[in-house]
Amino acid sequence: MTNSKATNSKTSTEATTMTTTNLTTREKVELSLARRRAAETRFRLYGMVSVFFGMLCLVVLFTDIASKGTSVFKQTSLTTEITLDSGYLGINKDSSIEDIRFANFEGLIKRHFAKSVKPKGRKAKRELFKLISPGAAWQLQELVLANPTAIDSTVTIELLMDDDVDQWFKHDFGNDVVDNGRLSEQQLAWLMTWIEEGQLDSHFNTLFFTNGDSREPELAGIHGAIKGTLLTLMVTLILSFPIGVAAAIYLEEFAPRNRITEIVEININNLAAVPSIIFGLLGMAIFINIFGVARSTPLLGGLVLTLMTLPTIIISARAAIKAVPPSIREAAYGLGASKNQVVFHHVLPLAMPGMLTGTILGMAQALGETAPLLMIGMVAFVVDVPGFINDPSTVLPVQIFLWSDSPERAFLERTSGAILVLLSFLVVMNTTAVILRRRLERRW
Amino acid sequence: MKKLLALSAALAASAISMSANAQRDYISVVGSSTVYPFSTVVAERFGKSTKFATPKVESTGSGGGLKLFCSGVGSATPDITNASRAIKSSEINLCAKNGVKDIIEITVGYDGIVLANTTAAKQISLTRREIFLALGKNIPNPDGSETLVDNPYKMWNEINPTLPATKIEVLGPPPTSGTRDAFAELALEGGCKAFPFIKAIKKQDKKKYKAICHGVREDGAYVEAGENDNLIVQKLVANPSALGVFGYSFLEQNSDKVQGSIIDGKLPTFDAIAEGDYPVSRSLYFYVKKAHIGVIPGIEEYLAEFTSEKAMGEYGYLAEKGMIPMTDEERTKVLSTVKNLTTLAKK
Repeated sequence: MTNSKATNSKTSTEATTMTTTNLTTREKVELSLARRRAAETRFRLYGMVSVFFGMLCLVVLFTDIASKGTSVFKQTSLTTEITLDSGYLGINKDSSIEDIRFANFEGLIKRHFAKSVKPKGRKAKRELFKLISPGAAWQLQELVLANPTAIDSTVTIELLMDDDVDQWFKHDFGNDVVDNGRLSEQQLAWLMTWIEEGQLDSHFNTLFFTNGDSREPELAGIHGAIKGTLLTLMVTLILSFPIGVAAAIYLEEFAPRNRITEIVEININNLAAVPSIIFGLLGMAIFINIFGVARSTPLLGGLVLTLMTLPTIIISARAAIKAVPPSIREAAYGLGASKNQVVFHHVLPLAMPGMLTGTILGMAQALGETAPLLMIGMVAFVVDVPGFINDPSTVLPVQIFLWSDSPERAFLERTSGAILVLLSFLVVMNTTAVILRRRLERRW
Repeated sequence: MKKLLALSAALAASAISMSANAQRDYISVVGSSTVYPFSTVVAERFGKSTKFATPKVESTGSGGGLKLFCSGVGSATPDITNASRAIKSSEINLCAKNGVKDIIEITVGYDGIVLANTTAAKQISLTRREIFLALGKNIPNPDGSETLVDNPYKMWNEINPTLPATKIEVLGPPPTSGTRDAFAELALEGGCKAFPFIKAIKKQDKKKYKAICHGVREDGAYVEAGENDNLIVQKLVANPSALGVFGYSFLEQNSDKVQGSIIDGKLPTFDAIAEGDYPVSRSLYFYVKKAHIGVIPGIEEYLAEFTSEKAMGEYGYLAEKGMIPMTDEERTKVLSTVKNLTTLAKK
């Protein structure tokens, strides 16, 4: 059976060869021209469709994040005059910092509103107090800490409102919605009076940029995360750039070509493809368990991210060195330069732009990394803004992850807001890389 | 270049040795992601109202937290671990092996696990038996014989004609989650036990019993929606016929979008969980390393803040965040534990 089939196909191929061989080359080309053009058009079409699809995804993502996140830059507050009654607070202008910290500012605010709004009954009082953020008491506390002489005077202050009020004012107020979030009729009535009197309004949200993390959405900010990110990246840069460049120079210029360097090369390329979580595990095993570096610190995060970015930097640095034409090396040798002089006076300066580009891209990659940090305790609630590389801290992508998992709805916009900030960081870094390449790159 | 290299090496070495030798001056808390929203609130208030640094709180999961907690004594190990279940005897032994002998157990309060759907749909009333029949992997044969079959139900009204004629579709956390463990233990096992022949298996083969009662079907009716409960809420709003499984605090925060289903005739309300009427609720704990008290500054004050009336009390700020407070009687017990620093007896 198989035999007969084979002969069949053979005869048919012969038949086609017969017909084509009768044509001239020109005729053959003309015959296939339409088909080849169609193939090209199709391919272009596929390319355009895929580019368009990619752009569409990007646009949808950006508009979604931006539409959710831009409201974070506004914060609702209530302008009011409040008397810092020394009798109630139990402190005076000579009190110690500890006493001021312990003073009951929350009670003072509650008393103030109980007097001015006059709610009826315990339930109404609780509803009223819920409108004010717990951060309002800390605002007063900070004010007194900064200026103890303010005690016993009447101050005008923009008190922070609770996240529920904030969300309602920013999204639902004036929109004719039936659904009023988590606010009751009575609470809305109070809010409407405040709005009519011009006390309740939204302002630019500076707290978002000056505060560390908080469990109260209206107080949560990204300063701590940004500082942590910068410290972590600083450690990464200081360690990975010199090590990476030195390794690349040695491998490219000095190392003999043998089995060992080949194995090293293959391993570096492999490392670049290792999932980042593995670097986290490695970091945990080496830096925490053997060297005893403190958990959750930018130092530790930087060390782990160094492991991760090193292969990227080495590979790009080697490519940059390779791109320096041999004529330059030969000319330097010809003038009597030593190997060291050739490398450091001639090759390295010419390869530097390429190395820097690679380093910036490696840093951008490190900036967006969360997985290795999971293992080393940087996924943590840290309120205090880190001062140096051995303070507990978190980083921007981790902050985004933590907020996205919080029950309070107002954290949704914080999440999107933080994503916007992270994206702008990435855009700045990548643009710098492109500009550097354009400006400094030499063509031979 | 060489100078730069030497400089960075020196800097790295000094930084590592500096941080290794430094005594930690802030409290380090690890553990359950369920207790995390509560302990972070306490940590923040504690940091703002005292001279101590704000404690660092990590969300590692109950098991992960206890593992870190039991890894030894000293400033490199955490001082406190949160847990959404009680410590196991194996974990106490692990602790003891690594020198962590004195552990203080503090009950924080309760957490309810709810089944919820969007407010746009009708509220559903279920029994734990029906939940098990809808979500169990192997369930008793619908024909009444005492055998187990792969779950055949596709629609809710196949289980009970009074239930709506919609597809069984439940979004919930993956097996790595403590919420899922608790849901399996309280809701599924609760319904599973209602079948006498399965209950009889428990005496003969505990492992098999657990596999039957904790097994969740994998044919698409139960959708693992990740650990992010906000995402589940969003998906419920988009899909009116789906139900979701998450903690009470998320229901409380999103009460205008989703409603809790009635389980065994009880609505998941604050009061029903506090009274212990709502069947799917569990206790939350944290564990303190006694050896660290007095070494790491502020631990005692942190405990005092956590167990104070304004935090843990009936109208405390933790209750506002969705934690179900204990009764006064239980709280008195906890207060005496904190006062005397009573350690856990060996189990």
